[in-house]
Parts: sequence; structure tokens; C-alpha cells
Amino acid sequence: MTTSSSLSLRDRAVRWSEEHASQIHEVRRGIYRFSRNRLSVIGLSMVIVLLFIALTAPLWVPYPDDVTGDVHMDARLKPPDAEHLFGTDDAGRDVFSRTIMATRISFQVGVIILIVAISIGVTLGAIAGYFGGWVNQIIMRLTDVMLTFPGIFLALAISAALGRGVLNATLALSVTWWPGYCRLVEAQMLKMREEDFVAGAHAIGASNWRIIFRHILPNLLTAIIVKASMDFGFAVLNLAALGFIGVGVLPPEPDWGSMISAGRRFIPASWWYSTFPGLFMFITVLAFNLLGDGLRDLLDPNATVRS
Amino acid sequence: MLRFIGRRLLLIIPVLIGLSLITFTVSRIVPGDPVKLAAGSQARPEQILKLQEEFGLDRPLPEQYLRYMGGLLQGNWGYSISTKRAVGPDLITYFTATLELTLVSTFLGLLIGIPLAITSARWRDRWPDHFSRFISIGAISVPVFWIAIILQIVLAQNLRLLPVSGRFDPRTTYPTVYTGILLLDSIIAGNWQAFGIGLRYILIPAFCQSLLVIALITRQLRGDLLDIVRKDFVLVARANGIPERMIWTRYLMKNALIATISMLGFLIGFQLGGAPLIEYVLDWPGIGQYALKAALQLDFQPIMGSTLFIGCIVVAINLITDLIYRLVDPRIGFS
Repeated sequence: MTTSSSLSLRDRAVRWSEEHASQIHEVRRGIYRFSRNRLSVIGLSMVIVLLFIALTAPLWVPYPDDVTGDVHMDARLKPPDAEHLFGTDDAGRDVFSRTIMATRISFQVGVIILIVAISIGVTLGAIAGYFGGWVNQIIMRLTDVMLTFPGIFLALAISAALGRGVLNATLALSVTWWPGYCRLVEAQMLKMREEDFVAGAHAIGASNWRIIFRHILPNLLTAIIVKASMDFGFAVLNLAALGFIGVGVLPPEPDWGSMISAGRRFIPASWWYSTFPGLFMFITVLAFNLLGDGLRDLLDPNATVRS
Repeated sequence: MLRFIGRRLLLIIPVLIGLSLITFTVSRIVPGDPVKLAAGSQARPEQILKLQEEFGLDRPLPEQYLRYMGGLLQGNWGYSISTKRAVGPDLITYFTATLELTLVSTFLGLLIGIPLAITSARWRDRWPDHFSRFISIGAISVPVFWIAIILQIVLAQNLRLLPVSGRFDPRTTYPTVYTGILLLDSIIAGNWQAFGIGLRYILIPAFCQSLLVIALITRQLRGDLLDIVRKDFVLVARANGIPERMIWTRYLMKNALIATISMLGFLIGFQLGGAPLIEYVLDWPGIGQYALKAALQLDFQPIMGSTLFIGCIVVAINLITDLIYRLVDPRIGFS
């Protein structure tokens, strides 16, 4: 009984791998090509380490109380040593603990920003590209308007207006982040809707929504994932930029931007205060960009570089 | 071609109206009160009322919007509540500083980016390629406000090689203003001392700004070069025994630069929108800093003014880029 069932399981596995041989081959080829690009492999490893840090940070940061706003005036601005790897800040708090915990908050915010931006952008872009006509005009002109705002200026104005706080900063960045996805999906949608498989789906009576979400969007998934992997680093960077200007995360919650800004007053004597959070942030953004660049080479059909 | 320009110009109008509406909504329908911020915490209620009346902020919101836009059509950019200065002339002054920064940083970016891209493409998947790709991805990953502070500390405060911040030494006389671009004015006036001083002030902000240019130009050009290198006409050229050096300069670069021009247009437009973070850290008196201060003080008319001003510039640069792109590459039509 047991042997026959395990045999049948094995049989099924064998049959599955035979049926999907071409896909398995594709994935293997993909992994091989990805591993040939040393920079992307480095990026991927860094991202894995950073994700691990973000997920487990509360369990092992040396001074968890410093993150929530403890003050030790007797230990203020101590240079890095074995006790405080990155030194202490002007309230005597451990810069290492705060930098590490800031990773966690940044990642949470980054994920939310991307989820909101992708939901809005992909939906609007799909509608604009699929239906065309005046719907397209309205949505795409709105996208143009949003893209005309320079850099993080709109996010800055919104968070300045709403006041400081993680939630407001997340909101501000989310509502300014979707136009890129909208444009990406719209352009692809315009191309895809002329394809034969769309006409075929129409012919067998599929509804417009079904065609958009079940037939066309899955084809765009790769492009969206590539863009998201590159965007994540920038979302984190912009959150820190808001904190740096003083409209982002509300102290004492740790944030790389506000730490760099606060530490600026104590440079060069207490150089560690601004330097380490900045360095850590640089490494984080770099990791995601290295990974995203590798993924783009590998997956994006529009990328020019293929091997 | 004229029809193409005309149609694109018509499309700009709804974009600018949309921009003004969004900016108005964000800057006026907010919990904060710009008048209280400008008047200070010790202001008496009647002072606040007077200020509100003076700037028409006691009127209904639609009326405020229409009044502002009406004034704008007559060339009146309004006034700042916090500085009491006219917005229009200020925008021009601040914009020339941004323009200067953009020109220098784009020059620096091309100077570094083009050789990096060629190196990368020439020795693909070998260590020069890894190196230049790392530089280009690294350049875009650096938080600019952080690197600006680090450079300021190391180059200006510790080594005393360059000035700490600002645009020009206040103890030196400014050269006669022709264009508002300091470096250009010094050249026109033949004032090399002023040129040297101006250059020293602009180096750190321009370098920080050029990181973006380096990153995007390198990536774009490398990709295009690799694409073209496999084309048949390159193969033919090689078969005909044309020297490798000439193939790169005459055959590859010429073709690859087309897409790079469009990327360059995007980059210039993006930079002309101001670099709020760099300008804020290094006290470069550009339009980004102006807009940033206005936004932080909820100063309504400067916010509207700078947004619309920058919006116009971005839209104009996009149009010019599209035109150049179509002129350089006749395969893309004007329809």
C-alpha cells in the first residue's frame, strides 16, 4: 500500500517533469545566466541578508530600548567600540541598533508603497491601454501631470501638508509612485490587445475584464516585477529623504534620513552618527539595484542586453 | 513637423491646468495654516486676519484658485507670504542657478559616463565591464544628501580644498550679470578670478548631481552599443578590414548616440526641475531649494509658482527632445 502510493507519487513527479521539460529547461537556463552575472549574484545575496536582518532584527539588536527612545545622557556621542559598533548618538542611544531597526521600518514602508503604487498604476494603465479612446486620454494626461512633478517634490509637499509620521510619508510616496507603472502597463497593453490570442479570447466570449486580468496582465508580470525590484531601493531612499528634510518618520522612531540629518550637527567630531546610517542605506539601495539590474537583463524582453 | 509641434503644444495646456489644480489642492486644502507659520507663534489674531486678507486667503477656495490663475495669465506670479518678495523675479534668479548646476553636472556626467560605457561594452562580461557597471549602479544608489554631506566634510572642512557651501564668495565682487549663469558671465567679462571661484563653489554640488547622469548614460549607452555591435553592417565593416578603433568611433558611437540623446534630454529636463536635496544640503540657491522652502512653509503662491514654472520647463524639454530625436533619426515620423 505504502510502496504503491510512494511509487505513484514518484511516477507523477516523473511525468510532471517530463511534461514541463521545456519550462524546467528555461528556468535552469535562467538561473545559469543569472549566476554568470557576478554583480547580480552579489546583489541577490545582499538582499537575502538584508531581508533576514529586517525580519529578525527585534530578536537580536543589542539595545532594543534605544530604538523606542531611551535616553542615556551619560553615554552621549561615544565613538564606535565593541559595546557600540556604530557609536552612540546625541541622546546616548546605540546607533547600530537604531540603524538596524530602521531597516525593518524602511522595508515595511517600501513594500506598502510598492503594493499601493502597483495596484493603482497597473489597474489604471490596463484600463487606459485596453480601452483606448477618451478613457486613455484622461488617464494618460493625468499620468503626464503626475510625472511632470519634479523628483520627490509632490511627496514632499503632501507630507509637509499632512504632518510628520510614518503613515503620512507612506501615503505621500504611494500616491506619487504609481505613474511609472501606469505608463509601463499602458504601453504594453496597447501592443498586446492587437495580438491574436486576445482576438481568440474575444471570439469564445470572454469578458473584457477576464481578458485584461487573465489573458494579458500575466504576460506583463515579468516587466512589473523587474521594475518593482529596482524601485524598492528608491522607495526606501525617498522615505529617508523625507526624513532627512524633516517631514518623514517621526522621532524617536529610527529612520536613516533623520539620523543623517540629526548627526550632521556633530560632524566632524562625531562622524559616526551620520556616516553609518548613510552607509547602511547605500548598501541597501545598492543591493536592490544590483539585483534589479540582473533581473532586467534576464527577464525583460525589451532589454537590449541578452546572451 | 509644424503640425506635430502645434498638437504637442495644445496637449501641454491640460497638463498645466491639471498640475495647477493638484498643486492648489495639496497646498490649500491642508490642516496647516500658512499664515500662522509666516506670522510666527507670537502673532496677534488681528495681525493674522490682516495677512489673510492681504493675500486673499479668507476667500472661498475656488475664487482663490481663479484669482491666482487670472493673475498668472497677466504675468503676475504672486508674492511670498514669508519673505514678502515677488515670486516671478525670484523664480528667474533661482532658476539660473539650477541651470548652471545642470549644465556643469551634465558635462561632468558625460565626461565620466561615456568612457565608462565604452569600456563596459568593449570588454563585455570581463572585469572592466563589471567595474563600470558597479560604478554606474553604485552612482544611482548613493543617497545624494548623504554623499553631499560626506564630500562637504572631507573636501571642504577637513582638507579645505573647496568651499563648504553656497554659490559664490560674498567677499568677492560678482561679475557683471549678462546671463545670470555665473561661470558664463565671468567668461564674457574676462574675469578669470571670478570664474575660478565660481568653479570651486560648483564642483561638489555638480558632482553629486552628476552621479545620476553617469548612472543613466552609462547604462543606456552600454546597452545600445552591445545591441549595435551584433548588427550586420558592423560585421561587414569588420570583414572589410576596417580598424577596430574606427569601427567604434565611426560605426558604433554614431548610431548608439541617438538613444543617448533622448536619455540626455530626459536627464536635463529632470535636473532643471531642481535638486531639492543637494541644493538644501550645500545651500545652492536653485529652484529646488526655493520650492522645498515654499513647501515646508506651506507658502501658497511660491509653491504654485515654482511647480508651474518647473512643469513648463519639463514639458518644454520633453518636446524639444522629441523633436531632436525625430530630426536625428528620420525613421521615426512626426505623426
